[in-house]
Amino acid sequence: MDYLQLMGFGPNGWGYGMLAATGMTVAVALCGYLIGSILGSLGAAAAFSRFMLLRGIAGFYTTVLRGIPDLLVIYLFYFGSSSVISGVAALFGAEGFVGAPAFITGAMAIGVVSGAYQMQVFRGAVLALAKGEIEAARAYGMPSFLLFRRIILPQAARFAIPGMGNVWQLVLKESALISVIGLVEIMRQSQIGAGSTRQPFSFYLTAAALYLLITFVSGRGFRLAERRAMRGVRRAA
Amino acid sequence: MPDLANTPAVVLSGIRKSYGEHEVLHGVSLTANEGDVISILGSSGSGKSTLLRCINMLEVPNAGSVSIHGETIALDQKPGQQPRARDNAQVNRLRAKAGMVFQSFNLWSHLTILENLIEAPVHVLKRDRKDAIAEAETLLARVGIAEKRHAYPAHLSGGQQQRAAIARALAMHPSVMLFDEPTSALDPELVGEVLKVMRDLAAEGRTMLIVTHEMGFARDVSTRTVFLHNGVIEEEGPPSLVFRNPRSDRFRQFISRDEREAR
Repeated sequence: MDYLQLMGFGPNGWGYGMLAATGMTVAVALCGYLIGSILGSLGAAAAFSRFMLLRGIAGFYTTVLRGIPDLLVIYLFYFGSSSVISGVAALFGAEGFVGAPAFITGAMAIGVVSGAYQMQVFRGAVLALAKGEIEAARAYGMPSFLLFRRIILPQAARFAIPGMGNVWQLVLKESALISVIGLVEIMRQSQIGAGSTRQPFSFYLTAAALYLLITFVSGRGFRLAERRAMRGVRRAA
Repeated sequence: MPDLANTPAVVLSGIRKSYGEHEVLHGVSLTANEGDVISILGSSGSGKSTLLRCINMLEVPNAGSVSIHGETIALDQKPGQQPRARDNAQVNRLRAKAGMVFQSFNLWSHLTILENLIEAPVHVLKRDRKDAIAEAETLLARVGIAEKRHAYPAHLSGGQQQRAAIARALAMHPSVMLFDEPTSALDPELVGEVLKVMRDLAAEGRTMLIVTHEMGFARDVSTRTVFLHNGVIEEEGPPSLVFRNPRSDRFRQFISRDEREAR
């Protein structure tokens, strides 16, 4: 069977499987990334808080989550939530191990890890803001929320978007680790295909190409967003 | 109902401001009547910018009170605590009436010049966008940079940016204008174009408080000169009087130093 048939959409082809797996990779990465954005912005807000306790929690979060391997976080999430679910199931008379749903667990794990990185990106962006322009907005009577929405957010975006692009790439690659808890995304699907057809190279090279395709397309998206956000910034030629 | 014609535009009374242990203003009182052009002079560290910034609560005074058009800003001034404005809505409402112009322009760099002019009128004063644009274009023409309306601030010279910033302040229909060293960040050859715009505003009878180092401008344009030294007013009066006949030795030294430098 040649490569095109193997990856094709015929009766013995793996095309649909790989396509669905690609969708799954994008979906779990995107969900994790969004959860991370929420945690990251909360963390950054806490890092600038007046209250020492909040600053402490934010510092602890970003230090710990950036300091331990992602795979370990995924295991902790999976076995942690599985044991809770098993415990609850036992109350209803079920016996033995009940696995946590892989998608939710995976997205959560990616979320807490990428949130720790996104927090640093947001923090840096806020520190880079022009203080005088914020003061001008206050002097013109802007209430805090309007000031945040109209002045701080668009300016912080300039500094945050390149860093956010980096974190997105990290998240995408991290999603491959979710295969260990059984989520059928690109990596897991390739393992299955490679095992059952004994053609590992065809599958893993296809997987590599799919990851590259996603990073390429999303990289273009980030560049466009960056160009838009950088309007009005004078660049050294 | 206060008599608006006779209500002073700004009344500062007994303003004290400290940063930690260090007191910058030691109880300064100053009244700006409608149509006054007050130049506030003083060497750096005299507290003149801090005083100006107390008017619109960019700095909240530790003691004393600020009234704008007869409305006193409610403050919480407890000893040992950071002073705070009691009512943010009141502060924002009064800030919108006091158009401020900064030393470093502080135009919003992510917005075009025209967008800078309509930003606060549309979003703070809730004015109609079309009207705001029409008015902004008139103002830009007036300060001589109509052709720059779609440019971003970074692409303008310092003088053009400051003129745009003055137009941004005017777009708010301010009842008093605050200038914080408006020409200090400019190259010498660009100072004139900004001073000309300010001269025209003064001639219109606008109420203006100007922190400045431009002695000539203070002497020719202002209706009153205030000289601040170490956080107290050392000299105050019409420029024709105080420049010719200063009562305070420090003010005499201050103007003679300026004359020496000008030569």
